[in-house]
Amino acid sequence: MLYEVRWHGRGGQGVVTSSELLALSALKEGLYVYHAPEFGPERRGAPVRAYTRISDEPIEQHYGIYTPDAVIVIDPTLQSEVDYVMQGLKEGGLIVLNAKTPNSEIVERAKKLGAEIWVVDAYKIAMDIFGRPFYNTPMLGAFTKVWGRIKLDNVLESIREKFGERGEEIVKLNIEAVKKAYEEVKKYEY
Amino acid sequence: MKGKRVGLNGDTAVAFAAKQANVDVVSAYPITPQTIIVETLAKYINNGELDAAFIPVESEHSALSAAVGASLAGARVFTATASQGLALMYEILWIAAGMRTTIVMALGNRAFSPNINIHCSHDDAYAARDTGWIQFFAENVQEAYDLTLQAFKVSEDHRVLFPSIINLDGFILTHSLEGLYVLDDKTVEEFLPPKKPYNPIDPEAPKTYGPLDLYDWYMEHKKLQDYHFNNNVPPVIKEVFEEYAEISGRRYTPVKTMGVEDADIGIMILGSSAGSVRHVVRQLREKGKKVGVISLTQYRPFPKKELVEAVKNLQVLAVMDRSISFGSPGAQLYMDVASTLYNAKHRPLLFNVIYGLGGRDLTPVHIEGVVEKAEEVLKKGEVEEEQIWVGLKE
Repeated sequence: MLYEVRWHGRGGQGVVTSSELLALSALKEGLYVYHAPEFGPERRGAPVRAYTRISDEPIEQHYGIYTPDAVIVIDPTLQSEVDYVMQGLKEGGLIVLNAKTPNSEIVERAKKLGAEIWVVDAYKIAMDIFGRPFYNTPMLGAFTKVWGRIKLDNVLESIREKFGERGEEIVKLNIEAVKKAYEEVKKYEY
Repeated sequence: MKGKRVGLNGDTAVAFAAKQANVDVVSAYPITPQTIIVETLAKYINNGELDAAFIPVESEHSALSAAVGASLAGARVFTATASQGLALMYEILWIAAGMRTTIVMALGNRAFSPNINIHCSHDDAYAARDTGWIQFFAENVQEAYDLTLQAFKVSEDHRVLFPSIINLDGFILTHSLEGLYVLDDKTVEEFLPPKKPYNPIDPEAPKTYGPLDLYDWYMEHKKLQDYHFNNNVPPVIKEVFEEYAEISGRRYTPVKTMGVEDADIGIMILGSSAGSVRHVVRQLREKGKKVGVISLTQYRPFPKKELVEAVKNLQVLAVMDRSISFGSPGAQLYMDVASTLYNAKHRPLLFNVIYGLGGRDLTPVHIEGVVEKAEEVLKKGEVEEEQIWVGLKE
């Protein structure tokens, strides 16, 4: 099993943290991981990508991910950049969107690829829980449900380890956000 | 595999190794992509997790100068740099080696300016190749951790007394997270007891280090340094690798090979791309292609004997350099290999591949292209193009 994920967001939204948390959670399953942030000019608000490679065999390769099995779009405005977010997605892959509903062009592309679209309103979840647009941990929760390969408990444990230094409250809110998105993410039937 | 499995990026893994090595002095100036190493060590010292002196300096030239002094005073010293930072250290690199310090330095490999690029090239590693530093190349985060620990043991051995560089590819390893096994503190402490200083600075008995040395003795001193470097270092590295294998279950060798015994074609490469090449070559071998892979863990002193042995069945060898050497007959690793093999009983046909400058990704398509080129050379029985570039835009 080799599984490759590409995360899309904007600078400052914690895209890199989501990918890292996914890798750390997979590590707890005894899997092998490679998490690589993409580094360009660091500007708040600029589109940013991060990559997670997960396998049940040792990962030797260090080249980029060009044909992901899943793309996760944590910024609600980025799904309109269809070519950008759909680039290289494998047939039968997964698309996880922070949206109430996917835009029609993504649906058309997904149909051609036989890809599944899953949606979750992470904007609402983030505003309800954090009072600020922190989409990254809810989208990790959503992906955990959609992929189904990693136990939710391992993701929550990674959250505790990652945010522990920043205090109990931050840990609690992130766990709540992950769980909420895990419950609310829905497959979009086209 | 022994130890606890954790997830760390390359920089954090190196900093953790330096902490476990219980270094006495950290003297460093942050530069991307090694900044996280310096920040993490500063945090350890500030938290009280590491009892060491952190010397904040105003430049890399000073960082290494302070490290030289501390090392000669008997301290276990760690520093880290990259690219332009290494270039600014250049004068002191020679001094650190010639005065027989035991500094261990992580080098987050990064391209030289211009133009400004923070990503991976091996120009900086190669720029230090003549200075008398031992050099190791890490292929992944596990190796960056393991080699940092082993480097202290090698450098501080009284048969060695030379500083070491651990190369880890900028961003590809420094900023990427992988799973690795880390040893417990007690095991590291037993493997790496406190440094036993050799002829340290002693205020009670003042002496001179690196004095004026003109044409009467300079040449003999350089001959001695070269003799010690070439003859004493490799056997100690092998001993340390052996001892480390016992405590960690991970066995290092100066030269790493895969499939060269039955291969016609070999690809030789350093750093994080070695695994990429091996991954692609495994798939090609399943299709019946006779290809092997050679990478170096020990780059300086250059493991000549092991390389001659590794290539003895190969007909063609593609030597891949993540660097450029302007006006040279070939890039740096290529010249090392060509010189090593020129007088060998058997030498394959050689060509040089330039790849990955400034972080350009080396993809499976590029690697397959190198194999195809090698197949052409094998078929023709001669090298028409001695240097090719892969991954260039049309």
